[in-house]
Amino acid sequence: MISAVIGGSLIGLAAVWLYLSLGRIAGISGIAANALKANAWPLMFVAGLGIGGWLAYAIAGGRPEATLDGNQALWLIVAGVIVGVGTRLGSGCTSGHGVCGVSRLSRRSIVATLVFLSVGMLVATTVTGALS
Amino acid sequence: MKNVSALIAGILFGAGLAVAGMTNPDKVLAFLTLGAGWDATLIFVLGAAVIVAAAGYAIVGRRAAPLFDAEFHAPTSTLIDARLIGGAALFGVGWGLAGFCPGPAIVGALTLDIRAVVFLIAYVVGVLVYERLLAPPAAPVATSADG
Repeated sequence: MISAVIGGSLIGLAAVWLYLSLGRIAGISGIAANALKANAWPLMFVAGLGIGGWLAYAIAGGRPEATLDGNQALWLIVAGVIVGVGTRLGSGCTSGHGVCGVSRLSRRSIVATLVFLSVGMLVATTVTGALS
Repeated sequence: MKNVSALIAGILFGAGLAVAGMTNPDKVLAFLTLGAGWDATLIFVLGAAVIVAAAGYAIVGRRAAPLFDAEFHAPTSTLIDARLIGGAALFGVGWGLAGFCPGPAIVGALTLDIRAVVFLIAYVVGVLVYERLLAPPAAPVATSADG
């Protein structure tokens, strides 16, 4: 639980810093879409995500053990395409709506967060366990 | 300074996701799967992030402009429509299937988690499919996106 609070606080701090420095919302699906268009600061943010991950694993450990079988790969591909379409269609993901939007009390983001949390829980609880 | 600032924000964000355990899809699925063995710790991740961000936004919002740009770019749309609900629902389906959302997938792929690499490639395909087929014609560049 301590690591959850520390990690969450770092995420909040990152969002505040991006707003203070660039005036931008730290919505990763939006930033990633702009990085794909080769915009400079979004590319730097994405590079930072990787560096931050390496730093955290080097200091605190916790790098997940990753294995992959064919069945799981298929579901990851299906899920990845759905998340790509869904986050663009809905203008945000866990970071843009769930963290930034909710803390700005955006009604759009609160609605979106309630929808993706409840649908995510429904799918994980009823479908995902049965597949693996 | 824009690029350095964005790099610092990315490092903080990526480290936060990794420390919080969000980069482990098994842990995320244990949070999304209700029942015996439910892992509630991710609520504290979201809670801490929202509290820190809300306090920070309130303080930064008193400024006339950000440090390295002429104006703030916070989204102004208040429209709750089928695109928002449908997109969030689709995202929820994929999140519930894989345990990855975009941020942790990027951190995972760049730290060479094979699951995240596979997911992220498919995610990029999904983004490109959206831009070809579903993006509103008036604004192909997503300037109005929330995040």
